[in-house]
Amino acid sequence: MTIHTADAVNTADAPKSAAGTSVSPPPARRRGRHRVQGQWWVPWAFLMPALLLFLVFRYIPMVQAIGMSVENVRPYLGNEFVGLKNYETILSDPAFRDATVNTLVLAFGQTLGCLVLGFLLALLLEGQTRKLSFIRSAAFLPVVVPMAVIAELWRIMYHPTDNGFLNSIIGIVGLAPSEYINSPDSAMWSIMLMGIWRGGPYDMMIILAGLAGIDRGLYEAATVDGANRWQRILHVTLPGLRPVFSILFILAAIRGFRVFTEVYLMTNGGPNGATEVVMTLLYKLGLEQQKLGVGSAGAVLLFLATLVLTLAVQLMLRRKKDA
Amino acid sequence: MTAGTDTALGLTESRTIVGIGVKVLLYAVVVALFAGPLLALLSGAFSEVTDPTELSIIPNRPTLENFSVAFDFGVLGYLMNSFFVVGFGLLLQVIVSVLAGYALARKKFRFSALALVAILATMMLPDEILALPLSILLADIPFLHINLMGTLAGMIVPIGAWAFSILVMTEFMKDVPLELEEAARIDGASELRVFAQIIVPLCKPAIGVIGVFGFTMIWDQYLLPLLVSTSSDTYTLPLALRTLRIEPEVTPGVVMAASLLALAPSVIVFLLFQRSFARGLTSGALKG
Repeated sequence: MTIHTADAVNTADAPKSAAGTSVSPPPARRRGRHRVQGQWWVPWAFLMPALLLFLVFRYIPMVQAIGMSVENVRPYLGNEFVGLKNYETILSDPAFRDATVNTLVLAFGQTLGCLVLGFLLALLLEGQTRKLSFIRSAAFLPVVVPMAVIAELWRIMYHPTDNGFLNSIIGIVGLAPSEYINSPDSAMWSIMLMGIWRGGPYDMMIILAGLAGIDRGLYEAATVDGANRWQRILHVTLPGLRPVFSILFILAAIRGFRVFTEVYLMTNGGPNGATEVVMTLLYKLGLEQQKLGVGSAGAVLLFLATLVLTLAVQLMLRRKKDA
Repeated sequence: MTAGTDTALGLTESRTIVGIGVKVLLYAVVVALFAGPLLALLSGAFSEVTDPTELSIIPNRPTLENFSVAFDFGVLGYLMNSFFVVGFGLLLQVIVSVLAGYALARKKFRFSALALVAILATMMLPDEILALPLSILLADIPFLHINLMGTLAGMIVPIGAWAFSILVMTEFMKDVPLELEEAARIDGASELRVFAQIIVPLCKPAIGVIGVFGFTMIWDQYLLPLLVSTSSDTYTLPLALRTLRIEPEVTPGVVMAASLLALAPSVIVFLLFQRSFARGLTSGALKG
């Protein structure tokens, strides 16, 4: 970005100096610019495609979701207003409550796991040499592989017999084979593990960018003061990364709330509802059972949860900044 | 510089034999952990893997049979669908983002803050939550009354505008010096000309960033194609993997061959444009 801007300045200077000597005294020039800037519709014309697409595919569906959440949706018969009944239905549904708990467990576990893994990886792979950038790229690959592919690959690796791919690897260390996604006891953490494997390297890249922003002088000062490696990380690196961690936390938590593809492909909520998350449940309610009103009520609740989380973290951050 | 103060761990500076040994070992573990499963996929795609237990990092009984079976199940058609969606989706996304970024970054106008908030707010309205109403809406697009269900267009138009791309574009365009634009206007360039001949050419690096990001994002799409597809004719390749797996004649090797085709484009794009990718990653996450 900087190189490019320097270029732009150079090319900018040439015509300006040529034009500046010949014509246009400053006031006239300003008036000329004002005229062009003054056409109020010009910016809106440039914004229109974006605003129109957002209106049609984001805002209208949102309004529709809120509308359907208070209606009994009956195709061809017309919807009837039922007030908060859909919300009552979904909130009293034990399946929804279980799915909410599962979603929270998965979101929290994955978020935390990704942050820890990302931080460890970033510490390990921080540095300038070309060899390191090669290793960083290798570690980052899972992030760009489509989730559908990851899910299929891990399904095969999670093959539950003792000669399955992962089972034969953990067998080397002497661990007992696991049922992974086939057993209600282990399905949740199996999905979580896969999510951490894919999400950790993403966090690593962001944390690396944060590490680059930490003043090298602080490390030097800490070393001179006799701090060891561990103390340096605890007292210099971690505090320096606090804003990065909070942003990653919000992003990952929101992503965790909306988790769908991996669960849908790995277990589709099974075995025995052990991995049912809010989104897979809503998908079944709305698109398989055609209970669109109840499904929409659930979607609105999910949206509110996301919103509350985002605002709460924003408030917390702001207060910390003011203090 | 004092030894060992360049990075948090100070790993890169260690010069002792033990230090280097530990370092190399740790790096090897990292590579094995993240690239290993993908290498197993690669080798599985080219090996005769008839049972999940035969998956291994080293290819055994090499064969191209998996691909030909996958093609028999129409994988090539699904791949074409994917390319169609990503091609036109990305084109639309880049056009929309460049236009919107220009207005937001280079124009002072009333309610511009409101427009920006309306765009940023969509980041909090994820597709997943809108899935149900979106599936109804796509059957009858407002104002136009067109049915996009069961069409590839239905997977393209909704992703045409993406707040992240608009944000990256806006931030970048703010850095283009104003003098350049003024000079062009003094020379009598029209609004469109300034946009198309001055601003857009200078924004090529940013277009690269949103292009690479948009590509991987659209290629990874799952829920939207799932909602829109009413038959396997419009399946994208990621979507087809699941139906492929369920086929009784399809071995894990075939699934992995198809998976390899599904992951190759985004991995290639990432490897070719790593620098753009890293820039988008940090600008998107740290400025937001």
